Amino acid sequence: MSKRTRWLLEAKGCIDMATAKRAPTKKASKSYRTHVRVCVGTGCVSNGALDIKKALEKEVKKQKLDKKVLVVTTSCHGFCERGPMVHVQPDDIFYQKLKVKDIPHLVQEHFLNGRPVKKFMYKPPKSKEALPKMSDIEFFKHQQLIVLRNRGRIDPEQIDEYIAYDGYTALAKTLTTMKPKDVIEEIKASGLRGRGGAGFPTGMKWELCRNATGDVKYIVCNADEGDPGAFMDRSVLESDPHSVLEGMLIGAYAIGASEGFIYVRHEYPLALECINKAIRQASSYGLLGKNILDSGFSFKMHVVQGGGAFVCGEESALLGSIMGRRPEPVQRPPYPVEKGLWGKPTSINNVETWANVPPIISNGAKWFSSIGTKTSKGTKIFALVGKVKNTGLIEVPMGTTLRQIIFDIGGGIMDDKDFKAVQTGGPSGGCIPKKLLDLPVDYEQLTAAGSMMGSGGMIVMDDATCMVDVAKYFLNFLVEESCGKCMSCREGTQRMLEIVTRITEGQGREGDIELLEELAETVRDTSMCGLGQTAANPVLSTLRYFRKEYDLHIKYKRCPAKVCKSMINFYIVPERCTGCQRCVEACPVGAIVGPRSEPHNLDVTKCIRCRACYEICKFNAIEDVVVDAIRIISGVGVEEESEA
Amino acid sequence: MIQMKLNGLDVQVEEGWTVLETCRFYGIEIPTLCYKEHLSPYGACRLCTVEIGEGDSTKLVSSCTYPVSDGLVVRTHTNRVQRARKMLIELHVALCPTSKVIQDLASRMGVTQVRFEPKYEDCVLCGLCVRMCKEQMDGKAIGFVDRGRNRRITSPFDIKSEECRLCGGCIWICPACQTRCHGPNPESVLCNACLMTETTCLDVYDDMQCWMGGKGECGMCVREDTVVKE
Repeated sequence: MSKRTRWLLEAKGCIDMATAKRAPTKKASKSYRTHVRVCVGTGCVSNGALDIKKALEKEVKKQKLDKKVLVVTTSCHGFCERGPMVHVQPDDIFYQKLKVKDIPHLVQEHFLNGRPVKKFMYKPPKSKEALPKMSDIEFFKHQQLIVLRNRGRIDPEQIDEYIAYDGYTALAKTLTTMKPKDVIEEIKASGLRGRGGAGFPTGMKWELCRNATGDVKYIVCNADEGDPGAFMDRSVLESDPHSVLEGMLIGAYAIGASEGFIYVRHEYPLALECINKAIRQASSYGLLGKNILDSGFSFKMHVVQGGGAFVCGEESALLGSIMGRRPEPVQRPPYPVEKGLWGKPTSINNVETWANVPPIISNGAKWFSSIGTKTSKGTKIFALVGKVKNTGLIEVPMGTTLRQIIFDIGGGIMDDKDFKAVQTGGPSGGCIPKKLLDLPVDYEQLTAAGSMMGSGGMIVMDDATCMVDVAKYFLNFLVEESCGKCMSCREGTQRMLEIVTRITEGQGREGDIELLEELAETVRDTSMCGLGQTAANPVLSTLRYFRKEYDLHIKYKRCPAKVCKSMINFYIVPERCTGCQRCVEACPVGAIVGPRSEPHNLDVTKCIRCRACYEICKFNAIEDVVVDAIRIISGVGVEEESEA
Repeated sequence: MIQMKLNGLDVQVEEGWTVLETCRFYGIEIPTLCYKEHLSPYGACRLCTVEIGEGDSTKLVSSCTYPVSDGLVVRTHTNRVQRARKMLIELHVALCPTSKVIQDLASRMGVTQVRFEPKYEDCVLCGLCVRMCKEQMDGKAIGFVDRGRNRRITSPFDIKSEECRLCGGCIWICPACQTRCHGPNPESVLCNACLMTETTCLDVYDDMQCWMGGKGECGMCVREDTVVKE
């Protein structure tokens, strides 16, 4: 960094780079012995993190520790399932699932007496020993943070803290020492590919946009993340909005764009607030607006709120939405890099792609391309959800196997059930079965396995999941969220849903599988945009790996996972039933009758298969084996035949 | 002039044309439903699908919206295209069996079965009326609302539009408003195709290479026998 930019950054009120690396702020590092970092990501806030923070502050004050212990808020740690969580530095102690009533005990023991409290610490699934340090926890240990480098470390609403951790130095480097062409070459050399799902090389996109003819050029940040169970973009925007801004500024300089748009869906109020605040702060620091860092480069940023349509994540629909038109995908070519917003060259990149840019510029393309696989470089954020012990947001190098992600980081399957499949890439992704667990995750491998990278949702399913039912769930989503322009996508998904619903209701016919396949291929081949072209994936990939399950549903009217209501019956095992009457109370339709202390009777004709009795009936028999007195049967008499 | 390859032939094309216009210019018939000359192409019905590219990296695109470019390779009647078109018209028939236009297209493509429950919808959402009203009548009285399965065409706020001059252009152009006859046989989802006057020519070819010259001139080929099975 040149002397001039250093002076500028310092003069703007940012603190000295040399000393700032060690602690968030100079003042804080001198005055307080302990920093208590309360996570205030969306997950933790909905679990009551703000109350925890208040309680902590109150208690710290009560114990007269307010000169020694500082309670600060930080961005999302990613381990959202364990919220609300608190991270104590410099001891690196990690507390999870805290409640307001625990706080006085915690403050007294840890901050006053210096004894970290074991009972609030994370216990790994296999051992019963509490792990005090955050860096020892499996969930965090295997991750490599590039995009999420500032998570849990800074307060996302303080630009000073971002700058203290070398924020905006990449921008300063770009503006003072690099030509736009150099930036593009650097990004090209790094091998960064679009993180929105398709994986188009980012450097190439920028170059095309730079070389396109047009007096005005735009850049767009796609933060319209609509996949069920995915929250990567939200978390990046909430935990480190400035890194997105910095990435966009560097990109705009490289492309020659003068205006940028961030398209955030309106279901993300906190992300919107964070990014708006970040823009205000950056503007007041002169990092946005006219003549940035005295380089002559000017840039204007706008935030656009989406209206809630999933299809707006598709680039041409998104552009339509920004321009105030009906968000419908349009034919490409011409691509947005040639004719985008208002007919001008426009480069659209995902939140995660933009956030990858500053580290690449700071650390060099060589460093970045050393991470990952041959074709996919760097790291990828995944939202690991579903039937896995540790759910949350993870960032791993490309090429990490699914087994490492699910069993090492995720800690394995909930209740120690069997792993069945993992659904990647959102609703239009596919299900990957157990035999492909050692698949290294990158763009090509996932596509070859019939799924896709998508934006990075990862839904883990156990053996109590019916794959036909999964296909139905995603089709239901797509039927609602298809824009409806292409006949193939609109009608095709509806018809696929019709057939799959028929199969799950026990009305499946001979030939349904073939029809489904033919239809799915047509939908994939003939739809205009990415949504339609991948809308058949849930069906195609479940058919590819779980065809037998479809067969069982159609031929034997049997659901092996015992999920499809029309194919299951509940049955009380007389020898096991103690007549405790719990199920009698739980049954909403009064299908179970029987006197106390005698085996109950279940009237199958009245039963609505709500599972209430099955869930409530659990008692320990001899030798610690959990036995259910209520069993679910599917396809009586065909079990042996079909299993063979 | 742009050089491109159309069904194995090198052809010259005006810049700014779409693939469909090129095909029409060179006399290759491509079925369309939502396309009308003098209205902007929309790409809703997908029936005009053609295959572009060579080797392994081919893909299907709608020819009415796809612009020509130098070196583009287009094939209009490959097996993949024909299968996709048949499935699409089958979906159309199941959606609106009462439309004459759709039934005619179906019989011309040799659709013999409809494997979906008929819906008897009044509208196939081809968008012709919306474009007719906006582009030819300068009305902008109707448009699409909602998305996915709830998508429909209506006037703003579902009330009579002040822009509407009751010109009837929308009804004139609507493919679903032309109802079909039922023919002598009992009512069925698929009409009896009694008006089909097309020759039973080979309808699947990777590149148009019938040695007899133009399509169906000899009248020798029989549809059922010559459909190339994969």
